[in-house]
Amino acid sequence: MDHELILELRGIACRYPGAVEDALAGVTLAVGRGVVQAVIGPNGSGKTTLVRVALGVRAPREGTAAVLGKPVASWSRRALARTVGVVAQREEALFPQRVRNTVALGRYPHLSPWRAPGSEDEAAVTRALERCDLTALADRWVATLSGGEYQRVRIARALAQEPRLLVLDEPTTSLDLRHEMELFGLARALADDGGLGVLLITHHVNLAARFADRILLLAQGRAVAEGGPEVLTRPVVEQVFGWPVQVERFEERPQVIPLRQRKDTP
Amino acid sequence: MKRGLGLVVVALAALALAVAVGPTRVPWPEFAHSPIVRELRLPRALLGFLVGGALGVAGAALQAIVRNPLADPFLLGLSGGAGLGAVLAIAFAAGGPWATPLAAFAGALAAMALVYRIGLAGGGELEPRMLILGGVAVGAFAGAVTTAVVSLADAVALRNALLWLWGGLSGASWDTLAVVCAYLPIPLALLFAAARPLDLLALGEEPARYLGADVASLRRRVYVAASLLTAVAVAVSGVIGFVGLIVPHGMRALLGDRHRVLLPAAFLGGGTLLVLADAAARVVVAPRELPVGIVTALVGVPVFALLVRRWTTS
Repeated sequence: MDHELILELRGIACRYPGAVEDALAGVTLAVGRGVVQAVIGPNGSGKTTLVRVALGVRAPREGTAAVLGKPVASWSRRALARTVGVVAQREEALFPQRVRNTVALGRYPHLSPWRAPGSEDEAAVTRALERCDLTALADRWVATLSGGEYQRVRIARALAQEPRLLVLDEPTTSLDLRHEMELFGLARALADDGGLGVLLITHHVNLAARFADRILLLAQGRAVAEGGPEVLTRPVVEQVFGWPVQVERFEERPQVIPLRQRKDTP
Repeated sequence: MKRGLGLVVVALAALALAVAVGPTRVPWPEFAHSPIVRELRLPRALLGFLVGGALGVAGAALQAIVRNPLADPFLLGLSGGAGLGAVLAIAFAAGGPWATPLAAFAGALAAMALVYRIGLAGGGELEPRMLILGGVAVGAFAGAVTTAVVSLADAVALRNALLWLWGGLSGASWDTLAVVCAYLPIPLALLFAAARPLDLLALGEEPARYLGADVASLRRRVYVAASLLTAVAVAVSGVIGFVGLIVPHGMRALLGDRHRVLLPAAFLGGGTLLVLADAAARVVVAPRELPVGIVTALVGVPVFALLVRRWTTS
């Protein structure tokens, strides 16, 4: 169902200035409505570069990136922000903020310099807060939140943009088990209930296997495998992460168990 | 809303106070007709208000755009560059009330470009701490060249340059006020129109982009507008430091960090602060007067030290 496609990357190659090797080479990816697409790979495998190319922040050396069938470079930043919401990996607020105010920043792409926020903006913010279970925290200072709550605030802000695609770049780094599960569960629910496309960048193989519909495995900027969770086979995972593993099944999904000792691989 | 109204009342009170006090006592019955009030104090108070307001707004916008709470036109070297531009114009007798701000504008833009290069030294991304170091260095450099130009100038040009350098607001007249009124609206409008994307930038450049801000064009607009504001302020009153630094912080504490509120508040707050500082500069050592920049430095340096401590310990 092509018309349900939101993001489409074809044959993307990308190189940072001064680098000798491509950060991405020949990567193809499509994310549609209601789908959770995970991108897995070790640190430095090009996952964040993929997000930057998909969002038109970095121009690819080769290949095309399109959102709703239109080249991403021809989108204005505001229009793009109404279609794609991103929770970036790094963010550092310069001045202290309250939860509701920072979520309200998500309404920016819907406002013009002459239009003050109205009742529909209020409503969108309230909905986003509810969706992320933050209503009780709305008046708290962001700096006083726990890591898990803070990530939910940032997801709520992206939801306030009322996007069709939500991009989460390593959303559970430094979160504990419970908050990891909650966050992946939230991403899954957003795709199931709201029909949102979700692009989930992570290095949690097992959580991706349990929550994602499709998985793209990246190693050194190249796609090693793409498909349903069953692409997580022992040779593929060992190649991507450079560590011996065993693959078991749990609730019909593959789960990866890293072995303790590194085998003497040739 | 209530606090905003309070700010307006305080600003008006400061203006009234500045007109009422001075080294010469003007009896009340003659107050409205006194040439001292009409030709000296009133234009001086109004000029001080506009200059302080311009510096306050420039500081608030710069703090957001370079993502550094220690940024202001003075510490980023803009004032120094503007001062050098203005002194060159005066030394070559090309000054004139309308051309000096343009020369100062050119100087401020050049300084900003230089500081920006230094800020990028760490790699692709702008490093906020390097920017301030670069700004202080470029400001000191511009100050040194300014002194060199002044000491090499002939007698008439020297006198004019020194008068301007140390004069503060003492050159105020209805004519300089007209110059400022002509140059200020455009950069102020540019910055007020950029208020919402400036809110986003407080989160970082990449998050701001993802929320819909065109960061590159925003940055250009803010640098040019802040340079012009600084240039106009410097051209009519010399280099006045710290107003752009402390006012935005005060207003943020009072009214929050939404730039649609913060920028107008920084204008009122900056104007109020400079008018009061100038009143103090005129009265404290009367019948002589201090350059107003000394008064703002006496207030600003301790505040600066406090901010550095807070910023580095957090």
